[in-house]
Amino acid sequence: MTEGSIVGSFIVPVHPHTVLAPEQNEGWQRLRDAFDEAAQRIKDADADLLIIYSTTWPSIIGHQIQADPNPEWVMVDNDFHDLGSIPYSFNIDADFAHAWNEANEKRGLKSRTVNYTGFPIDVGSVVALKLLNPDNAIPAVIVSSNVYANRSETTVLAKSCLDVIKATGRKAVAITAMSLSNRMFTAPIDPKDDRIHSLKDDEWNRKILEFLGEGRMEDVGQLSRTIHKQIRVQKVVAFKPMWWLSGMNDNRNNLSGEVLAYEAIHGAGGAVVHLDPTPSGAGDKEYDEDDVEFYSGERNVLDAEEEQELIEEAKKPTSGGPELWEPTTGEHSVNSEAAPKPVGMYPHARKVGDLLYLSGVGPRQPGTNAIPGGPICDENGKALDYDIKAQTKAVVDNITRILEEAGGSIEDVLDVTSFLVDMDRDFSGYNEVWAETLGKVGPTRTTLAIRALPTPIAVEMKVIAKAPPTE
Amino acid sequence: MTQGEIVAGCLAPHPPHLVYAENPPQNEPVAEGGWEQLRWGYERLRDSLKDVEYDAIVLLSPHWQTYVGTHFLGLPNFKSLSVDPVFPNLFRYHYDLNIDVDLTSKIHDKAAEAGLAVKMMENPDFRVDYGTITTGHMFNPAWDKPLVVISSNRSRDYYSVEVMQEMMIELGKVTREAILESGKKVVVIASNSLSHRHFTTESAIPEDMSKEHITSHAMHLWDMRMINYFRTGQAQRILDEMPEFTEQAIAESDGGGLSWLLSTLDTPSYPATLHGYGTIIGTGNAIVEWPERDHKEAKQ
Repeated sequence: MTEGSIVGSFIVPVHPHTVLAPEQNEGWQRLRDAFDEAAQRIKDADADLLIIYSTTWPSIIGHQIQADPNPEWVMVDNDFHDLGSIPYSFNIDADFAHAWNEANEKRGLKSRTVNYTGFPIDVGSVVALKLLNPDNAIPAVIVSSNVYANRSETTVLAKSCLDVIKATGRKAVAITAMSLSNRMFTAPIDPKDDRIHSLKDDEWNRKILEFLGEGRMEDVGQLSRTIHKQIRVQKVVAFKPMWWLSGMNDNRNNLSGEVLAYEAIHGAGGAVVHLDPTPSGAGDKEYDEDDVEFYSGERNVLDAEEEQELIEEAKKPTSGGPELWEPTTGEHSVNSEAAPKPVGMYPHARKVGDLLYLSGVGPRQPGTNAIPGGPICDENGKALDYDIKAQTKAVVDNITRILEEAGGSIEDVLDVTSFLVDMDRDFSGYNEVWAETLGKVGPTRTTLAIRALPTPIAVEMKVIAKAPPTE
Repeated sequence: MTQGEIVAGCLAPHPPHLVYAENPPQNEPVAEGGWEQLRWGYERLRDSLKDVEYDAIVLLSPHWQTYVGTHFLGLPNFKSLSVDPVFPNLFRYHYDLNIDVDLTSKIHDKAAEAGLAVKMMENPDFRVDYGTITTGHMFNPAWDKPLVVISSNRSRDYYSVEVMQEMMIELGKVTREAILESGKKVVVIASNSLSHRHFTTESAIPEDMSKEHITSHAMHLWDMRMINYFRTGQAQRILDEMPEFTEQAIAESDGGGLSWLLSTLDTPSYPATLHGYGTIIGTGNAIVEWPERDHKEAKQ
């Protein structure tokens, strides 16, 4: 038996307009004509298997492969249900589906086959099969787009598929059902007014198509992440079909490409592209990301670092307490990025003559707004245990940062007014830290008991210091 | 005409595992049980409402995902087989549900007047999403109340959580107005999970509860934080923290259901009742009831 191979690859759009309403827009009709041309080329290539990777079939438990030999139903699109219904009855190569599933396993990849009456074949697959294989003459296989899959998994998915194609001597066509830019208009439009949603989307689409027209499949694959960031609405499936399609073509960069049509479908970029395996002579890859043969990822969704970051984020207070302000920047103001943001419209400090007046300084940490030693109450006002020494030390540190921003140091402090919300509980601890820090500098001091401070802190200090000499 | 009333608002998640584990005659697969904490939670919710009269259920499901505005089921009846495309091994449910088209039209029209992009879904071949069916079954297995089914407008995907929330709060306001003007008594339901990070593998026995737990501590912390807000009547705080919650907990609130629900309930400051919490393939799920009928002062 001759070794099987990919005899052609196609990129096709997913929305149902090309099946149900091509006559309503000239661009949709051009896409439909391109579909028809692609169908003819598939027939001419004598293909005996169509393999569809569809971005409109998301999956979670690994990749899923359709294995119902004859799925039949009526498909109605979630958004464009008013265009009509698409009855379907497809010819699925269940044997190939099972063989692919086993090949995935051998390469360390999790997948499963699905064979259930009434399984909802996704819109992208339905459109592709209805138009590329209208008489069901060629058996097909459909694979889902796993929402959690990265480049390695998607590439290995292609390689295991190639293993089966080669072993079974098939003449296969690889098809990705996908949009280029996928931002649609968010309200109904008149079909005649359809256009690509933005100039940026259009420019990127044309750049991708320029690459594909030159047969630079692997370069597009390696640009997937960038393309996703630039022109893809952040749905779960990203722009991974290019990884798969490049893998299906041995990560080659010298295919013979031809863009058969490029048009808007409700704002999204839809293109029919043919990639022939005949070498174009183009050749060298502009990018060179590592190739991968086996998938060895643990498939844990979060790595340890990500996990810890998420835990820290989840612990942070995100609301409650007063709004934070940017420090004001009036004449002679002194402000520090290293000090916590004000809770009102004022600077961190202000220089007047030889003196520096600091706004009340608390223990909140710059950036995170966290309170060393813990807040005095929770978001519901319930009292919490806290460490007055840690809070006092943090206040002194914040004062030091502001003075250093002004060009001075803690040694410049002349007079301090301290505010404690619980004199009985906290004076001793506060006094101990004072003695170890500002007490050694020697400023005058007044300590007052007050009912509350704007944030859940126990101590704040108002400082007057010597201003450093002006240069 | 008597003014309509929202008798209760509910957070009622839709993982198909719950229907699977119940073994109702409508579902083809057969289970050995599982996810009891949540199923008992649904029992408590049903029990809480068993003596409460109402005419219709208004439900927003994150699994009817629309990108071109908000859509409404607009025909009187839908009957078909729903197969979950992600868990077809667990959910193949023969449904037969009725729609309150009159109330649906009222909400639709008010939303249109408010400037929201809306569309009625009137294609008889349309298959109702499994989220609607799962919550519909778990909340009311008899299916003896008509539904209003609202799609999940994915404005969060297109813009941001903030924009999504702005639109869902507006949709909630007009939903409330339409219900009050309709003269009907209604339960409003958001059919979504809390934290939504899945495990990416499934046990050989899906209902093997020894394998079930939250995917990570961070997800647990977020879920408990939200539940605390539910239980202490801090709906405004939930709305305020929705961007952080949705991003960090990969929460299913991205579909807008929770924001819409709280807005429809006029941002309740009274405590909700937690009927149950549990995980399903690692995602966090809470069954919560805001008994608005007991809080007349909350109404306009």
